[in-house]
Amino acid sequence: MSASKAEHANHVLPLRLYLAVGAVLIVLTFVTVAISFIHFGGWNLVVALLIASVKATLVALFFMHLKYDSKLYLIVFLGAILFLAIFIVFTMFDTMERDQIYQIEAKPIRENAAMYDDSSRGMHSVPHDSIQPDSSQ
Amino acid sequence: MSESHTDNTHLAHHFSDAGQQRESAKLGMWLFLLTEILLFGGLFVAYSIYRTWNPDMFHNAHLFLDVKLGTLNTIVLISSSLTVALAIRSLQLNDKKNAARLLTITIVLALVFLVVKYFEYSHKIHLGQLPGKYYTFQGVEGTNPHVFFSIYFMMTGLHGLHVIGGIGYLSWMLRNTIKGKYSSDYYTPVEMGGLYWHLVDLIWIFLFPLFYLIG
Amino acid sequence: MSSTDSALDLSFLRHPKGLKSWLLTLDHKRIGVLYLVGITTAAFLGGFFAMLIRLELFRPGPDIMGPDTYNQMFTLHGAIMIFLFIIPGIPAALGNFVLPLMLGAKDVAFPRLNLASWYIYVIGACFALYSLISGAADTGWTFYTPYSTQTNTSVISMTLGAFILGFSSIFTGINFIVTIHRLRAPGQTWFKLPLFVWGLYATAIIQVLATPVLGITLALLMLERLFGIGIFDPAMGGDPVLFQHFFWFYSHPAVYIMILPGMGIISELISVFSHKKIFGYKAIAYSSLGIALVSFLVWGHHMFTSGQSEIAAMIFSFLTFLVGIPSGIKVFNWVMTMYKGSISLDTPMLYALSFLVLFTIGGLTGIFLGALSVDIHLHDTYFVVAHFHYVMMGGTVMAFIAGLHYWWPKMFGRKYSVFWSKLACALIFIGFNATFFVQFILGTRGMPGRYFDYRDQFQQLHAFSTVGSWILGLGFIVMLAYLIHSLYRGKRSGPNPWGALTLEWTTPSPPPPYNFAETPKIIHGPYDYDKIDVQRD
Repeated sequence: MSASKAEHANHVLPLRLYLAVGAVLIVLTFVTVAISFIHFGGWNLVVALLIASVKATLVALFFMHLKYDSKLYLIVFLGAILFLAIFIVFTMFDTMERDQIYQIEAKPIRENAAMYDDSSRGMHSVPHDSIQPDSSQ
Repeated sequence: MSESHTDNTHLAHHFSDAGQQRESAKLGMWLFLLTEILLFGGLFVAYSIYRTWNPDMFHNAHLFLDVKLGTLNTIVLISSSLTVALAIRSLQLNDKKNAARLLTITIVLALVFLVVKYFEYSHKIHLGQLPGKYYTFQGVEGTNPHVFFSIYFMMTGLHGLHVIGGIGYLSWMLRNTIKGKYSSDYYTPVEMGGLYWHLVDLIWIFLFPLFYLIG
Repeated sequence: MSSTDSALDLSFLRHPKGLKSWLLTLDHKRIGVLYLVGITTAAFLGGFFAMLIRLELFRPGPDIMGPDTYNQMFTLHGAIMIFLFIIPGIPAALGNFVLPLMLGAKDVAFPRLNLASWYIYVIGACFALYSLISGAADTGWTFYTPYSTQTNTSVISMTLGAFILGFSSIFTGINFIVTIHRLRAPGQTWFKLPLFVWGLYATAIIQVLATPVLGITLALLMLERLFGIGIFDPAMGGDPVLFQHFFWFYSHPAVYIMILPGMGIISELISVFSHKKIFGYKAIAYSSLGIALVSFLVWGHHMFTSGQSEIAAMIFSFLTFLVGIPSGIKVFNWVMTMYKGSISLDTPMLYALSFLVLFTIGGLTGIFLGALSVDIHLHDTYFVVAHFHYVMMGGTVMAFIAGLHYWWPKMFGRKYSVFWSKLACALIFIGFNATFFVQFILGTRGMPGRYFDYRDQFQQLHAFSTVGSWILGLGFIVMLAYLIHSLYRGKRSGPNPWGALTLEWTTPSPPPPYNFAETPKIIHGPYDYDKIDVQRD
């Protein structure tokens, strides 16, 4: 059986494509290391993750054949990334703003609520700043 | 010439043709990779939160990681991704000898990765830079430096376990390739192993800057 | 009659023969039956603990157990019911059996993986149940830190069991997604699929996305217990609320793993037993996917009183209201299907109607709880307990029983007693409402959940609830009895006892091992009662 028939059946990529992608990945590795020695403050993280994402995209598209296969596999892969992002971002909605909870002060819920009424006006009237335990048996 | 038959020898009874079987295997493997991304994802969440809460401590702690060794390991894994991709390509072209050679190189590179990690881990154990309640090292500025090392060991440890699993599977693929079980008509198990191995590489591509290159 | 006799003889139940052929089977129908045995056992075990809980709560103060044992009781009840019964439940026991038949396929995509799923289920169950003898966990099924990292009870065996069970769930999810994508018979386009398949598909998506996070969560909990990692321990710079984020990222979507297959069953049954085309097929199909995807955005509504930030609480509350919309669409469409339909009140339909009522109550009370300000008062009270029993039991379990009664003749070739099945349904419906409706009232009056003891003012309602649980339990025992009886003495069933149009009803009851003699040709939709004249046989 000829190699060309195999290529049609299985979509073989040229050798130089693989080698080129491999070379770019290695170059980007050195780039990301070099940049880390320059101090951009908070941007260092952004740049490092961007470069990592480019490398990951190259691996996914070419080594893992996502560019050439059914779009369904790409959707599966991107779906995983999306839901991971949701997990991180939504959790950080909490953790990044956690300190705000210490800024909240207790206030009366409604100024003229029955529970603060001192005169006996039914079962639920209680003194303003203390709630008595239910002593009925 | 003998390879021009359709590979009905590998066709399971509930599939109607080889193409359906291969695309089913691929979809199944991609879904499995999705679960792996979410599994590691939990640890990435922990990393994000604790780094945001302790930015300076993370920076100080990471100085004790060896960037050269980390870079070496990154190059090693990227190269192993290349060689496994080329091994599959060889099978697509029915070149079983080359496929076996490339699979061997992949496995060797994976072992190199583990050896480097062994040296890194030993050094940390020696210094007392251990996870959680076992941490004793004094040289990191900032509160709770063990948090960095706990997350480091959990993430690289889980990754390392996946490398070991990958070595096992690829070794089995190598054995079968040498025995002539795969050809341009049927190489699906190797292709699936390749996908798994690329994911292991992908995860490391992110772990490397997150632990070794904290600016 | 003789043809139905030979159907049984040639069926998957009797071919191939022998215990080994069952334990090494690759036949999805047999694996479904194996799962059915497992989850039924789990349901009765979980129910046994429930009865003990309700017995203890009949009066305040200790009656048959002390407070520490009580904590273990509700932990075991919850963990067994959720991880061993409801999560695997419908997909594993009914889905495994029905899915390939509905698709016109010979089996699922990965039969060996399917068998592995079952064995992993059994192994996970063993680890979880080992805790029964090693000092059962007393943390509640939610394993909240810091208590779960410090308590001396057998947390590791229960969490390891749940961890292993997670793999079973993931493998089933992968198998079903690939089966639905790749193994449909020719002509079986996406919008000709039965809605039960859409339900299983949406469920499988959640299974693969969410369960790995449960895995890492339980792994972290075990690492924390074993090695003092400190990730959830404030004394070591960790955050106990982080555990809750991790836990609920899985466990909220998990409740949709529980309900979506049930909703799929209801779509089937309402259409069949109204002998009418389902109203709004595409809306129901898309709403299943919608529920699956939006379910990942709301987990923080379990954490409104945990100390999570205000902005996070508000975002989660808002999104929680969104997730009720697709469910509402489904209920509306089911009711519209019944309108001007020709309704037969067979036992499966009685359970489906029960589902409509009970799930609506459960779902609406979920919206009450999603309102942030209301939840502050109702969180951790019996209102929540009532809510989730209405959706999980009034919803999923009713749907499961409905599906079981619907497919029982197909699976076993036998019919069960009409009288006893309807009697059991009445007992279960009455018993369920007696047990749980009063718990809404208990909750709004301030009775906290998981409490071993309570003030006298709550005693009457608790006693009422306990008596309700006896009626409920009796209903299940009656059900077990007549179903088992039917296996030996039940009238034989023909291929299509209900006059339905989906593909499984074109095979003999029970089906032969290979499902279809020839690949079926798809000539009509699954609900084309207006076009096709189909009779019960």
